[in-house]
Amino acid sequence: MVKEKDSVIKDHSGSRLLKDKIFLIGIIIFSVITISPILLIIGKLIVKGYRQISLDFLIETTPNTFEAMTSIANGERIPGGIANGITGTLLMVLLAAVIAIPIGLITGIYLYENQEKRLAGVIRNISDILQGVPSIVLGLIAYLWVVKHVTQGFSALAGSTALAIMMLPMIVRSTEETFKMIPNAIKEAALALGVPYYRVILQILIPTGFSGLLTGILLSISRVIGETAPLMLTALGSSVINWDVTKPTSSIPLLIWEFYNDPNMVDLIWSSSLLLMGIVLAFNLISKQIAARRR
Amino acid sequence: MLPEEDKNMNENILEIKDPVLTLEGLSVAYDTNVAVKNVSVGFKKNSVTAIMGPSGCGKSTLLRAINRMHELYENIETTGKIILNGQDIMDMSTIKVRRRMGMVFQRPNPFPTMSIYDNVIAGYKLNGIKLKKGQKDDIVERSLQDVTLWDEVKDSLFKKGTFLSGGQQQRLCIARALAFSPEIILLDEPTSALDPIATAKIEDLLVKLKESYTIILVTHNMAQAARISDYSLFMYLGELVEYDKTKKMFTNPKDIRTEEYLTGKFG
Repeated sequence: MVKEKDSVIKDHSGSRLLKDKIFLIGIIIFSVITISPILLIIGKLIVKGYRQISLDFLIETTPNTFEAMTSIANGERIPGGIANGITGTLLMVLLAAVIAIPIGLITGIYLYENQEKRLAGVIRNISDILQGVPSIVLGLIAYLWVVKHVTQGFSALAGSTALAIMMLPMIVRSTEETFKMIPNAIKEAALALGVPYYRVILQILIPTGFSGLLTGILLSISRVIGETAPLMLTALGSSVINWDVTKPTSSIPLLIWEFYNDPNMVDLIWSSSLLLMGIVLAFNLISKQIAARRR
Repeated sequence: MLPEEDKNMNENILEIKDPVLTLEGLSVAYDTNVAVKNVSVGFKKNSVTAIMGPSGCGKSTLLRAINRMHELYENIETTGKIILNGQDIMDMSTIKVRRRMGMVFQRPNPFPTMSIYDNVIAGYKLNGIKLKKGQKDDIVERSLQDVTLWDEVKDSLFKKGTFLSGGQQQRLCIARALAFSPEIILLDEPTSALDPIATAKIEDLLVKLKESYTIILVTHNMAQAARISDYSLFMYLGELVEYDKTKKMFTNPKDIRTEEYLTGKFG
């Protein structure tokens, strides 16, 4: 029986194994191409930026261009750091999170509870469109709303508003998707105990989906932490540490832009970028870790 | 012809004296599809009543109508009366209704974020009812004793409920339903996801529990209905076909459809 088959059907196994190998090699090559940019970027940042990283870099404010020029002429490390940017980023991202998280969560819960309703469909679409709005446009909107009418000048609040609008659609979507993944049986179990609906949301859905919600929030933060364009139009920048939300404020990406425009500060670009990259990477890894543990 | 048929139908449906729960002309429709048609039946106190029938006959739909679970979904409409100890539950708030009727689902569904202890008193905790530590301990121990889970979990009360085996989880869910001391326990195929040993334990438990509760059990397993129920309801295509003492129905079914189902001609 086997012999008969062998004689009728040609043995292709040789060429098939070869094809298999070619595909495997192709896959490896393309995978390497895919991950190489991130490795090259991180490598470059470390090589060029590590020299400036020190305690001073984290706790001192930016030097002026003259100080930088002198130290370069003497072959020394540029003095000062980016503490004004670090604190500004912290302030604005925190404030944006405080604005965006409650609104995003509530909207997400609404969408989950009213899947089929027309209004929910409209909100879902608008939220998706919002995600596609260029960040500089959001900066312009925040400029018109907040800079011109609320704080009467460039301010951290205006920057936070722009960042919060960017965070919203991500939080809305991740909230809805997280809740959709919670088995209906759990919700019904609580309702069958005579638990009022708002308590089911607060005490069952949110705790059960907590890690999913947290992942969405962390990802949205890591998304906006590196935003520059909207902040140029709203927070402007500052050479001192500022905790007043109605005053102009700096941020790490804003400083990178400023350093880029100053030939004496070039070294600081790399170290600031390294720090920013590290923060974004950390947020991403933490949220991945949380998401993995959930499964 | 028609009136006679009506009479026949009524003859196949046992009348219960002093029922604890009565359904009067209960119908449930999903959009326009009527899943339960005009069911009128009384349930005997402190007994196990099994609702049997082939898949899609409306038995789960009927059970979920009793504690008004359908009201969560906008496309489901329930009509008719449900009378619990003389009161129409349609006039009560769903919250009250559900506290008087515990429900156990097809698959064990302990709250994944809660410990075994918290799962048992979840009814109190989630409703914001404050209890003293001693009261809580008493309720947890009594409920877990009732479901014969106490000895197995008393040393791990503060571990997550989801670490238990499927059968243990289902008993935990029954304990959760018992913690509120409901009058009626509704069970929707509670053993369909369990192995035979876990199933046997739950069955023994239900027989024991009927001393203090009224139990209504949906099952697709005829043998289970025969083993543990006192009364049986047979449903087909949304209709209540026959209702009788289980022994009588299994030995001498009146309706041809019941007979064919019980003898395995369809199902």
